Amino acid sequence: MDSSIKMWAEKVNFFYGSTQALKSVSINIFKNQVTALIGPSGCGKSTFIRLFNRMNELVVNTRLTGRIYIDGENINSSCIDAVDIRRRVGMVFQKPNPFPKSIFDNIAYGLRVNGIKNKDFIEERVAQTLKKAALWDEVKCGLKESALGLSGGQQQRLCIARCLAVETEVILFDEPCASLDPISTGKIEELILELKKDYTIVIVTHNMQQAARVSDFTGFFLLGELIEFGKTNEIFTAPKDKRTEAYITGRFG
Amino acid sequence: MKKDIAQNIGFFLLFTCIITTLFFLGIIIYFIFTLGIQVISWNFLTQSPRNAMTEGGVAPVIVGTLYLTLGAMVFAVPLGLACAIYLCEYSPKSIVVNIIRISINNLAGVPSVVFGLFGLAVFVNFLNFGVSILSGSLTLGILALPLIISASQEALVAVPHSIREASLSLGASKWETIKRIVLPTALPGILTGVILSIGRVAGETAPILFTAAAFYKRGYPKSIFSEVMALPYHIYALMTEGTHPDKQKAIAYGCSLILLFLVLFISGIAIYLRQRQRSYHG
Repeated sequence: MDSSIKMWAEKVNFFYGSTQALKSVSINIFKNQVTALIGPSGCGKSTFIRLFNRMNELVVNTRLTGRIYIDGENINSSCIDAVDIRRRVGMVFQKPNPFPKSIFDNIAYGLRVNGIKNKDFIEERVAQTLKKAALWDEVKCGLKESALGLSGGQQQRLCIARCLAVETEVILFDEPCASLDPISTGKIEELILELKKDYTIVIVTHNMQQAARVSDFTGFFLLGELIEFGKTNEIFTAPKDKRTEAYITGRFG
Repeated sequence: MKKDIAQNIGFFLLFTCIITTLFFLGIIIYFIFTLGIQVISWNFLTQSPRNAMTEGGVAPVIVGTLYLTLGAMVFAVPLGLACAIYLCEYSPKSIVVNIIRISINNLAGVPSVVFGLFGLAVFVNFLNFGVSILSGSLTLGILALPLIISASQEALVAVPHSIREASLSLGASKWETIKRIVLPTALPGILTGVILSIGRVAGETAPILFTAAAFYKRGYPKSIFSEVMALPYHIYALMTEGTHPDKQKAIAYGCSLILLFLVLFISGIAIYLRQRQRSYHG
């Protein structure tokens, strides 16, 4: 096993009822790298990343075949707890979804559900993660304020901080900038580049420039299949598959 | 131009409807207040009835209603909330669960006197609790259950899926998510259900008729197995029985006013709590 690979999927098929959403997808996700998944809406990218933190289990009437590994461990084996996987693999969703609680409690929540009670430790960790998520300077005077009072971009950075607090190893971004303006988007992208030093990042995006800007590797999905996967600069400058080329040059999608 | 006229007529009609509704509400409050206030005094609120309920106060009656309402809530709120959580969060989507849901909604439409007879048969006779606060509270509790369940269900369903997912994605279990995220978010809606059911329960006469209420009882209830006097039944008794209809009528209006204020007061507390919760949620 190559130690630079953090997670990989092996011939993954996924079904919603009788509809097949993913067709034999195999991919390597490299450690401390940003992997972007691109492709038209409904091609299975979001479904795919949600396999890495076992979120699809929450949807009824679904079926998975194939294997998914994190650090060489089959995450769907019966001795592994989904709760444990979700702590290790954080997720930032398409729409910012802070809890209707204070900024402080939003971050402390993950610590508390993971059994941490020490107040000093929680306080320190909240400050530390807010700094890491480049939000500290904007909220340090109002940690007790409701998180719902923040702007969309700030809320999204709060959601990122929330992931970081539980000492996640991987962060899955599911179109994190879909509802944000260009300035907020820029801040999130900067943050992603900063975070890759410590975390392995997978990002689903519809924005081709964004994929080109932030990612090291890119995978192109079409109708549930992974058409092409490779280094981002190769995918964008010399795609091997005609369909990839057509998509990134905007000829369909 | 034509549109403007249609719009103005529409607004006018809506406005008239509001005024009519408020008019009736105002009249009710006005009459109860002017007729009731005459007998209200410190003694009326703190003393026991005297001389075949034509003099003295109604303190034990107020206390009886408070006990019955409180007892009903102690029973119905945890049970109703638990049912709502199970139905919304845990139950599989099946025909059986749908039938349960529909049954609960239908339960809300059952006439209250039927609950009274049920309470008599089950709590008073079968379980042998006798005519008591316990039997009355349980009967009122059952009456309140469907209200609390459906209001709680609505409140739980309204909690966005996105924040549940966020909680689970941080390594919280389903139960932790429900306890720490879903319930606090749904609390204002749940409280609304509880407010409404308190109002309903405090004013109900038929369910306590055979299960808890006494025509006259000396002193305050001693245990949950005591019979009690309660405001709605007391009003009924004063208006229909006894030897001094005029004196009794005045006291009955006094009781109505107290009942009205009691319900407003309890609702007020709940509304205050809800408001505080809301402002925090932003």
